[in-house]
Amino acid sequence: MADVDVTQELPLPVERPRPVTSSPIAWLRANLFNSIPNTILTLAALYLLAVIIPPVIRWAFIDAVWHAETGRACHAGGACWAFIAEKGRFILFGRFPYAEHWRPLFTVVIFIAMILASCDRRLWGRRLAVLWLAGLIAVGVLMWGGVLGMTYVETSLWNGLPLTLILATVGMVFAFPLAILLALGRRSQLPAVRGICVGYIELVRGVPLITVLFMASVMLPLFLPTGMTIDKLLRAQVAFILFAAAYLAEIIRGGLQAIPRGQYEAADSLGLGYWRRTRLIVLPQALAMVIPPLVNSFIGGFKNTTLVIIIGLFDLLGAANAALTDPNWQGFYIEAYVFSAAIYWTFCFFMSRYSQMLEREFNRGRRR
Amino acid sequence: MTDSAVETRAGEPIIELRHVDKWYGEFRALKDINLEVKKGERVVVCGPSGSGKSTMIRCINRLEEHQQGQIIVAGIELTANVKNIEAIRREVGMVFQQFNLFPHLTVLENLTLAPIWVRKSPRKEAEETARLYLERVRIPEQADKYPGQLSGGQQQRVAIARSLCMKPEIMLFDEPTSALDPEMIKEVLDVMIELAQEGMTMVCVTHEMGFARTVADTMVFMDRGEIVERGPPKEFFANPQSDRTKLFLSQILSH
Repeated sequence: MADVDVTQELPLPVERPRPVTSSPIAWLRANLFNSIPNTILTLAALYLLAVIIPPVIRWAFIDAVWHAETGRACHAGGACWAFIAEKGRFILFGRFPYAEHWRPLFTVVIFIAMILASCDRRLWGRRLAVLWLAGLIAVGVLMWGGVLGMTYVETSLWNGLPLTLILATVGMVFAFPLAILLALGRRSQLPAVRGICVGYIELVRGVPLITVLFMASVMLPLFLPTGMTIDKLLRAQVAFILFAAAYLAEIIRGGLQAIPRGQYEAADSLGLGYWRRTRLIVLPQALAMVIPPLVNSFIGGFKNTTLVIIIGLFDLLGAANAALTDPNWQGFYIEAYVFSAAIYWTFCFFMSRYSQMLEREFNRGRRR
Repeated sequence: MTDSAVETRAGEPIIELRHVDKWYGEFRALKDINLEVKKGERVVVCGPSGSGKSTMIRCINRLEEHQQGQIIVAGIELTANVKNIEAIRREVGMVFQQFNLFPHLTVLENLTLAPIWVRKSPRKEAEETARLYLERVRIPEQADKYPGQLSGGQQQRVAIARSLCMKPEIMLFDEPTSALDPEMIKEVLDVMIELAQEGMTMVCVTHEMGFARTVADTMVFMDRGEIVERGPPKEFFANPQSDRTKLFLSQILSH
């Protein structure tokens, strides 16, 4: 049989490419002023930008004060970046002993390094799991101290950015596998397993995160035997994991449902068995399909960590609030919130960009 | 090549279905099916749609569960025992109407996945075997492409190669050419004919009567969940006994 490569494309009749005009004026005319409604919208947008941008620039740069001894030196009208210069370190690390700030700083660096390493798909596997384990141990040692000549620091002093990163990252690292098990369990043939997973997911999803945190911090200790305490941070962390897992589970279930039956049958007919089929065939496809909602949930979870403020943990936003209570530096809300918002935004924007890249990579096989 | 556990002398039955019944709720999909396939035998199953032919061959590797009767494959009886089911599936390859390749893996990865994870072959060996079979289905140059980049005929040939990489004793084909454009049917049938000539035990659900004439040792005609007629292709086509068979053949051979 003569083998004809059917995918090989025959040369298409050559079309004369349309003349591409590259002059900026032609571009403007084609894109911004090509119709009357579009022209009106363009002019309205320009007007709005003209109204908004100059005052913001004047406030943030021209009238801004960069150096000052106290807040009183900051005159009204411009941003007081001197506040950030003075309080930035407090917002980042909170009440962690000042001389030991290198420890939370290293923690932040370790987290960012681990997150960046996890982004490289070639490293996914057992080595990455070991890296995470080592990283989390290093973080624990750095933050707690009490060994290697480092002073002991209790968890109530773990404030600011390290706390936010611990809650969010550790939360997601544990919530994600739990969510996969819950999603698989909800589709299980075994009624008991399915019942437990459905019950868990519906229960947790029906309750606000604040309630879960309150229960973890206020109610749980009431049920513990006297004399027994569980660290407040640990309680919040567990509450956070259990909460995020329920949401992620439903997203993953959506992906599982989109896998055609033929994939299961092909895997079965090759003798793969349930776990290998799940791990090698079903999950890779299901997870790739739900990257956008997953990342949406990760971003939401990252920002939800700010809620721990209500049970008295000072995350990045909590530390920013605390910084505002200094009598020498009062009233610089905008500066404090712009600073912390910029940090949140940087992380979330990174997640969003990375998810787009991942989506492109995973969809490679599906394209014709 | 052959697993000692399933070593069977040529001529011995390798698939046995005895009084097999299957219901979907109230609907009886299979009625008292008795079928024996000998090692090396090529059986072609035909019949109108909804006659239970796909259901029957899907029972052979337990993609469907039968409710009554016995199915014995390569000496192992199919029961709810998961170990038995997996042992049988290792020896029985299956090719589907819709190919069912794994779209997230390259062609080579599709072929090596089961040998590596189920047969525990070293990766290098599995890849060598995979390339050998790709050569045999005449698409060695597509090894690093994804299934979505191939034509239907090429995908089905990859699917056949994927099953062969497990070195199965038996190959089941469930309407392998029904989803293909006419110009691609031949390239798939050619591969199947070659496979038959090499002595593979095959059970084939298909409407390709030319193929059936060429390779089949036994023709089986099913209608409404029953085996209505069976016999060597020569007699089956020249001198069908039952009216239902005659009607079906006249319909399928008239164009």
